[in-house]
Amino acid sequence: MDIRVDGLTKIFTKARTPPFVALDDVDLACGGGEIVALVGPSGCGKTTLLNVIAGLTEPTSGHVTVDGVAVTGPGPERGVIFQQYALFPWMTVRENVEFGLRLRGVRRSQLRGVVDHYLELVGLGDFPDTLPKELSGGMKQRCAIARAYAVQPVVMLMDEPFGALDAMTRVTLQEQLLDTWGQERTTIMFITHDVDEAVYLARRVVVMASNPGRITKIIDVDLPYPRTQETRLSEAFVASRATVWREVWRPMVGGEGL
Amino acid sequence: MTRLGSAGSGKVGLDPVPVQARAIPRRSGVVGRVLTRLNRLPMLAYYVATIALGFALWSILARLVGNGLLPPPETVARAFRSEYERGAFIDDIVASVRRVTLGFVIGVTAAIPFGFAMGWYRWGRGLLEPWVQFFRTIPALALIPLYVIAFGIGEFPKVLVISVATFLPTVVATYQGVLDVDGTLINAARVLGANDGTIFRRVVVPSSLPFILVGARISLGAAWGTLVAAELIAASSGLGYLVQRSALYFEVPSIFVAIITIGFIGLAMDRAVALVHRKATHWQERR
Repeated sequence: MDIRVDGLTKIFTKARTPPFVALDDVDLACGGGEIVALVGPSGCGKTTLLNVIAGLTEPTSGHVTVDGVAVTGPGPERGVIFQQYALFPWMTVRENVEFGLRLRGVRRSQLRGVVDHYLELVGLGDFPDTLPKELSGGMKQRCAIARAYAVQPVVMLMDEPFGALDAMTRVTLQEQLLDTWGQERTTIMFITHDVDEAVYLARRVVVMASNPGRITKIIDVDLPYPRTQETRLSEAFVASRATVWREVWRPMVGGEGL
Repeated sequence: MTRLGSAGSGKVGLDPVPVQARAIPRRSGVVGRVLTRLNRLPMLAYYVATIALGFALWSILARLVGNGLLPPPETVARAFRSEYERGAFIDDIVASVRRVTLGFVIGVTAAIPFGFAMGWYRWGRGLLEPWVQFFRTIPALALIPLYVIAFGIGEFPKVLVISVATFLPTVVATYQGVLDVDGTLINAARVLGANDGTIFRRVVVPSSLPFILVGARISLGAAWGTLVAAELIAASSGLGYLVQRSALYFEVPSIFVAIITIGFIGLAMDRAVALVHRKATHWQERR
């Protein structure tokens, strides 16, 4: 398994407020080039879980291994995509993608070719010298995806990457992500609020609940890849979506987390 | 100022709204049409108009006051000529520009590492901030006697007055710039494998540059603002000295000559720093 999470607990403590249990004894394993979606209400700890795996947050207890190595901090074998794109605004599209490659010591002579390859992959081949401020939201996120893929991570961690985009752009980027994933076959952990998006992309959907943050159910999505817009209209898709919906709603109407 | 295509961050696919269309609603009638057209002149037209108006007002006021306390523009123009013919005027300009530039460069250059230390390291904030806040409230004029006692009456104390005045705005701006670096950008660099040194060089420094340059612009104003005070220290040349000497002999037009010259050189230097600012921060989203 590429990502293994064992007994992970994260408690945030602040003065004068009761401690907040963001994650309570969470176990999860995923890998083999699958896409796993994490869905759940706000406060269910999905972003905390992703940040711990990324090495940006220290757990209170429990441990995480990626590719067999214990996580102690961030590293380029774990690519991260942020909802706010997080492109360096003073760098062009090309320079953004080069950033991680240079840190990995990729030789100057090879740099250009590698960057071109990944820009082509996400459909930004015509915009290498453009600054982020001149890109649309969708293009910014595609650039961030190219930047993350360029350093060839073992796993890709995505925190609501399409959350800030309009519905049409979002669908386009979902398709493009499946395309890219089809070529790179990296294990992807994908956080979303959108049940449709989760079912469309993922092989497994991990449903989480809040107070304390925990995994309530893992649902297999039995839809073959490659998936297309036709897949969305199929009965199997609708059935899967209904299953996930029920699971997401159940703890919420039970009075928790509202 | 140029307008960019995006209508604010986060919104995608909106067409930019032309400034004029938003600024005033359509009016009917002759007055309305004149007002509408008046709002669409090139910016240079307003600048020329406002300067002309200023001169007219000055001219009228001078005639109303009429006792030599407020010389009219033409008298000041003659004073410009006689100061120039006196020969020392160019030396005064050179001396002052030299002091301001030297003080500004020293003050700003010293301020940047202090600001970074305060913004980036906890110890930097703890050790430096009390001093910066303390000195910020002390007027430059109050320190002059101490400088004279310590350093005499040469060029050094004069430049020092200006350096101290320029140091403070840039320190505060740089400090704020580092505090304002987007945490997501730092995380993005970390997950791509950047260590602290790389994050500082390639994220923190470029990200705080716009703040630093705003600080430098404010510092430049402070440099000119303290020039006259600096030239209180036994100066024998300079525009501030010219103000004092003219006051001593009641040559009011010459006071105006010095003031106007300071204003124009200050304006020109500010434009230069503003240009650097615009070029260095062209990547910023602007409204």
